[in-house]
Order: sequence, then C-alpha cells, then structure tokens
Amino acid sequence: MRFEYAPAPESPSIVDIRSSYGLFVNGEFTDAKDGELFKTINPASEDVLAEVAAAGPSDVDSAVAAARDAYENRWRDLPGRERGKYLYRLARLIQERSRELAVLESIDNGKPIRESRDVDLPLVAAHFFYYAGWADKLRYAVPGREARPLGVAAQVIPWNFPLLMLAWKIAPALAAGNTVVLKPAETTPLTALHFAEICQQADLPPGVVNIVTGAGETGRLLVEHPGVDKVAFTGSTEVGRSIAQSVSGTRKRLTLELGGKAANIVFDDAPVDQAVEGIVNGIFFNQGHVCCAGSRLLVQESVADEVLDTLKRRMATLRVGDPLDKNTDVGAINSAAQLARIRELSEAGTAEGAQRWSAPCELPERGFWFVPTIFTGVSQAHRIAREEIFGPVLSVLTFRTPAEAVEKANNTPYGLSAGVWTEKGSRILAIADKLRAGVVWANTFNKFDPTAPFGGYKESGYGREGGRQGLEAYLA
Amino acid sequence: MTRTVADLSDVARSAATLRTFLHGLPGVDQVGAEARAGALATRSIKTTAKARGIDLAIRMIDLTALEGADTPGKVRAMCAQARSPAPSDPSCPSVAAVCIYPSMVRTAADAVAGSGIHVASVATAFPSGQAPPAVKLADTRAAVADGADEIDMVLNRGAFLSGRYLDAYEEILAVKEACGAAHLKVILETGELATYDNVRRASWLAMLAGADFIKTSTGKVSPAATLPVTLVMLEAVRDFRAATGQVIGVKPAGGIRTTKDALRYLVLVNETVGEDWLDPDRFRFGASTLLNDLLLQRNKLATGRYSGPDYVTLD
Repeated sequence: MRFEYAPAPESPSIVDIRSSYGLFVNGEFTDAKDGELFKTINPASEDVLAEVAAAGPSDVDSAVAAARDAYENRWRDLPGRERGKYLYRLARLIQERSRELAVLESIDNGKPIRESRDVDLPLVAAHFFYYAGWADKLRYAVPGREARPLGVAAQVIPWNFPLLMLAWKIAPALAAGNTVVLKPAETTPLTALHFAEICQQADLPPGVVNIVTGAGETGRLLVEHPGVDKVAFTGSTEVGRSIAQSVSGTRKRLTLELGGKAANIVFDDAPVDQAVEGIVNGIFFNQGHVCCAGSRLLVQESVADEVLDTLKRRMATLRVGDPLDKNTDVGAINSAAQLARIRELSEAGTAEGAQRWSAPCELPERGFWFVPTIFTGVSQAHRIAREEIFGPVLSVLTFRTPAEAVEKANNTPYGLSAGVWTEKGSRILAIADKLRAGVVWANTFNKFDPTAPFGGYKESGYGREGGRQGLEAYLA
Repeated sequence: MTRTVADLSDVARSAATLRTFLHGLPGVDQVGAEARAGALATRSIKTTAKARGIDLAIRMIDLTALEGADTPGKVRAMCAQARSPAPSDPSCPSVAAVCIYPSMVRTAADAVAGSGIHVASVATAFPSGQAPPAVKLADTRAAVADGADEIDMVLNRGAFLSGRYLDAYEEILAVKEACGAAHLKVILETGELATYDNVRRASWLAMLAGADFIKTSTGKVSPAATLPVTLVMLEAVRDFRAATGQVIGVKPAGGIRTTKDALRYLVLVNETVGEDWLDPDRFRFGASTLLNDLLLQRNKLATGRYSGPDYVTLD
C-alpha cells in the first residue's frame, strides 16, 4: 500500500511579521538616517516578507557609540552574576518563544521547520544558558590572568543559521562583559530583529546589544569602524580575507569562521546504514548550507558500491518541499544568487566528467530549489572536489588505504571539519589525529554543542567558538 | 549486501562458516540507529494519512491473549472482537490474526472459522524456550494439528548467546519442518539479546533457517518492541531480499499501545523497506490493547469527537 503523508504544515500565524523593521540601536528601533530600505523575501515562495532598514555610515556610528556608552557605563562593571542573570533571562525567553522563532527562521531562511524546531532553536537557547553560567566564573576560564573584556565587538553573521550564529556571537561576548553591534545577513535579518524585541522584553540595558541590518557595505562599515575593539565574522573565505586585510595593523582582535570542504571518510568496516545516515545528514542537512558540511565523501573502494546503493535508496526517501511542512527534510535554497552558484558548480562537475545522480523528485514551481544531488567518479582535480558549493551537492571519491584517505582529506585549502566512520576505535583515534580539521566527528556528523569548541585550520579561519575556548576570544 | 543466493545456501555448512557469516555482517552503531528511529518518530501523520494508517494498523494486528489465566471463554470473546472490532461500524476492517497458547488453538480456530483471520499459536516452550528439543517439536506439532496456521516460536537464546549459532539455526530448521504448511514466526526476544549487533545477527540466522517472519519479543521481557530494534530488523529483511529475492515479514510485539506508536512503526516501515511491506502479510503488530486505541482514534476522525472507553468493546 502506498502511504502518502498528508500535508502537515506548521501555522505561520504564530509569528507576527511586521511590514517594516528599523535598526535596533541603544535599546530602541529607529529608522535608517537616510531612510534606505531593502526587502527580505521568503525563498520558498519569493513573496516579500518585510522591508528592513539599510544602515549607512551615520547609523553604524550611532550603533557603535551606543555600544561604547553601554560598555563603559552599564555593562563592563556589572558584577558577573548580574550579567549572568540577563543571559539566563534571554535564554528562557528564547525557549518560551521558540515556536514563533522557529517558524520565522524557516520562513525567512527556507530551512525545514523540523530542523529549526529540533536543532536551531534548542541550540540557540543552550548557548545562552551555557555562557550565562560562565558570566560569574570568568577567572576560571583564563587561569593565571585577569579576565577583562575587550570592549565593543563588531559581529557579522551569515544566512545559513541566522539565529544560531547570533547566539554563538552574542552569548560569549556578553558573558565576558563586552557589548556588541551585530549585522545579520541581508537575506535573513528577521530572527535577529525579533531577538532585539526579546532584549527589550528582558530589560537588557540599552546599547548592550545593537543590531544593524544591511548588505555587505554595512558589514564593511562596521568591521572597519575605528570604534570597535573586536571583529568576529562567520561567512565566506573571500569576505573573511578582505576583513583580515582591513583589520591588519589596527588594535582590533579578530576571529574568522569561514568556508569548508569537509571529508566524510567511510572505511570498509563502517556500520553501513548509520554511515549512510551520516552522509545524508552531513550534506543534505540545512540544504547543504553548512560551512562544516561533509561535502566530500571519501569511501573505501571495497565497499563503495554497497555504500552508494544504500545512499541512493536513502536519498529517494528525502522529502523536498514546503519548509513549514513538519515532514519536509530538505527545504528551499536561501537565495537566487546561491541557487545560481550551486547550478554553476554542478554544471562544472558534469563538464569535468563526473557522473551526476539525483532521485526523481518534484520541485515546487515558485521559490528557489535544488534537488539533492551526488556526483560519482570525482577526482581531486575537479572543481566540485575543491570549491565550496554550499548546497545539497555531494562529491564522491574513493580511496584504498587509510594513508590515502588522510592524504586526500587533507588535500584542500580548507580545514574546518571531517568525519570518520569505522567500527574500530583505534582507527578513529589514529585518523582523527592526522586530519587537519578543527572538528572531527566519529561515527556521526554535524553534531553541535555549546560546550564544544568549533573552528578551523587554514582557509577555514582562526579562533574558536563555543566552550571555554570561545570565551577566550572575547577576553583581553 | 552484495552476496548472492548461492553463497547464502552454503553459510550454514558448519558452525564455523555460520559464525563467520554472522560476524561479517556490517555492525550497527547504537547511537546512529537510535537517532534515525527518533528522527522518523517526529513525522507528523494527520488527516487522510492518519485514517489510512489506522485502518492498515488494524488489519495488521495479531490480537493477543497469552496469560496463564486465559480460558476458552476469554479466547472466544477475543475472537469475536477480532472478527468485528467495531460491531456497529461495518466499514471497520478485522484484524490479521489471533495469537494464543497451544492449548487454546482449537477454541480459537472454531471461533474465527470462515472469517479469514489467521490462528497464530506460540510454541516451543514459549516464552523461555528452555525445554528439551523433542518437547518443543511436540508443542509445535500439537498446535498445528489443532488448527494453527501460524506458529510463533522462540529463538534459543541460550544457544545464541553462548555462540552456538548452528544449534539455534538447526532448531529453527526442525521447527519449520514441524510447521508443515503453517507460517513460522521466529521471536528473537531482543530484550535478552541486548545489542543491535546481536539483533541483526539473530535476524539473519532466523531468515537463513527459513523463518517467514521475524518477531521482536514475547511480551514477557522488558524492553519488548522498540522503534530502533524494529529498524534494525527491517534493514535485515531489506538486505535479505536484496540478496535472495525472498520477502520476510516483521512483527514488533509488546509495548505498542497507542495509535501514535502504531503510526510511528508504519512510518518506519514506509521509509526503511517501502510500501511492499505495508501489508498484513509482511508486517504485523503483536498487541492486545492497541486495537481499542486505534478504534477510539478512528471514531474521532470520523465524528470529530472523542468517545469514552465504554464505546469500544472490552475484549
């Protein structure tokens, strides 16, 4: 019997999306001084959701000034336990409003509600809870030296996990006694603006958190602003490189979390069904819009056929479509520009001689969609094995020996994450030791926790977020 | 699995070859298997899908009475419910089978005669299986002779856990022969096997020996059926079909009490082995109280209102 699942949409009426949003500066929403606006759309329907203020130079000035004032007069000298109370309050409010925020995240970003509900929002709250606990224990975070905040942090975050990246940035900064000016991505500003409402609801002192929306130019103004002491950026390696250039020679501290081309290594003794789940979760989670996505599958040649057969069968059960349907596994691509890039690289894969496969799948007519795709017969020289695609596209390579697996895994300019699948514990340790990647997952993939430091080697950036190490990035 | 049928007919040639085969199966990562089952359990089955799922689940039930206190009267009452679960609603399907002890087979066979409902008898010294081989075979033959067309035997866990795989295998072969035309379900008693690696090996051992169904539990040991255990067994039957072309059924039993539980199992079947298994000949629920919850939910979908427990029959 065919068992079709009836549509099970989460109701969008739980969230009240305003027709326009201002900047959040000094505890209040204000319009941009020159009145400029941009539109944010729902990538699953291309409908305009709201108009958002685009911050110009004078807006960035006032946001940084507000953050400076709050730092010096309202936040830096507050006892740690008092800062902790505010962070706990933010965490609890996020939990209380998690359904609303999850729906909003799915609407603005295109990610399935199952992920925003079960992954993003629980992690967002967990990050605030975790760093709330650190706020009055900073001297244990950096033993042997005085734990002093840096000042005003300029934070620029990407569109793939809008609210989660906000939490990764804001929670440790505030716990350490810094104040922040955060710029959410142009295509996904809405959850950050609703977080601003939560700051008001929590009676957070004005100016401690400021949110300036806008495109790349606003981000450039912010990180180059002479009034900031710390720059934290998550996004593409290209932009990260230019930020590193602009910050060099200044007193600003910098952390960068950039791109990746992670190897997911499957050995011949791996638990096949779970490894295939891990491959699927590694590359199709969040439509592959994940910097640490397992976008290169390295599978031992002796089990390659079996693993690929199982993978294809599994991919045929992926449900692509309406992000708000609770049964959707893969949602919409975040923007037309990103879709164009995924298409371009996929076409390059075909042109370079790799074999393309995707399961039969009906895509909605409106919106931005890309069917989950794998390329087999990929070699190290192909663009799809070297460049970050940032979409639901997996490149499959094979290897013969553990040494070859390590060599291929490390043969990339990136070094953010990697996965190892084997039933043999000693092999996990031996391989993980040799992989030049900031995170190595063993028999799992794309698992995050606020207590675990996250960050990259080489062109994947520097500095760590999460855990005690994440706090150090915000302490002098 | 990439093995061929010819390989498989040979794996039970000796204790050593059978052991090598079973230990050569890919391992099961406990965390990953439980995460996958947990993720599928979040599927949201509503409206028309729920209605179809409920009717399918009813048709898949082995309505079960396995108590020392069972009497002919009790078994006849259960058989009446099996025939028409909702007496006032002719659109409600009947269940797949009734499942009873061997001593009740004749009573049950008479009570369901002509209805198409199968008579399943537990056998082989259910639930422990700790009886001499001759007794187990006699138990099986008696149940078949009295009219059982399905036999639910228990795996010899003593043999399996001590590594005597061939003993366990040969016992199933012998019971299969004693079954004649009756279908054989092999109860693995996964709560006693403890690891998913053992569940996968026991599934293959039973299938190689000729089981028509593999079943999770007797219901007398906790934990009984769970979603991850059933997932591992479904993967085994999927791989067995890929290797041999033969389709083996799966029956989770014990602890499945609510409509929500049942729908989660159907989702698991749908997304692991596909629609071929969404059929009472290939998937069954061993349950006694599940039926009434399915009926309550069925009624709710039809009328928009919940009726009280007095609106479904007691047994």
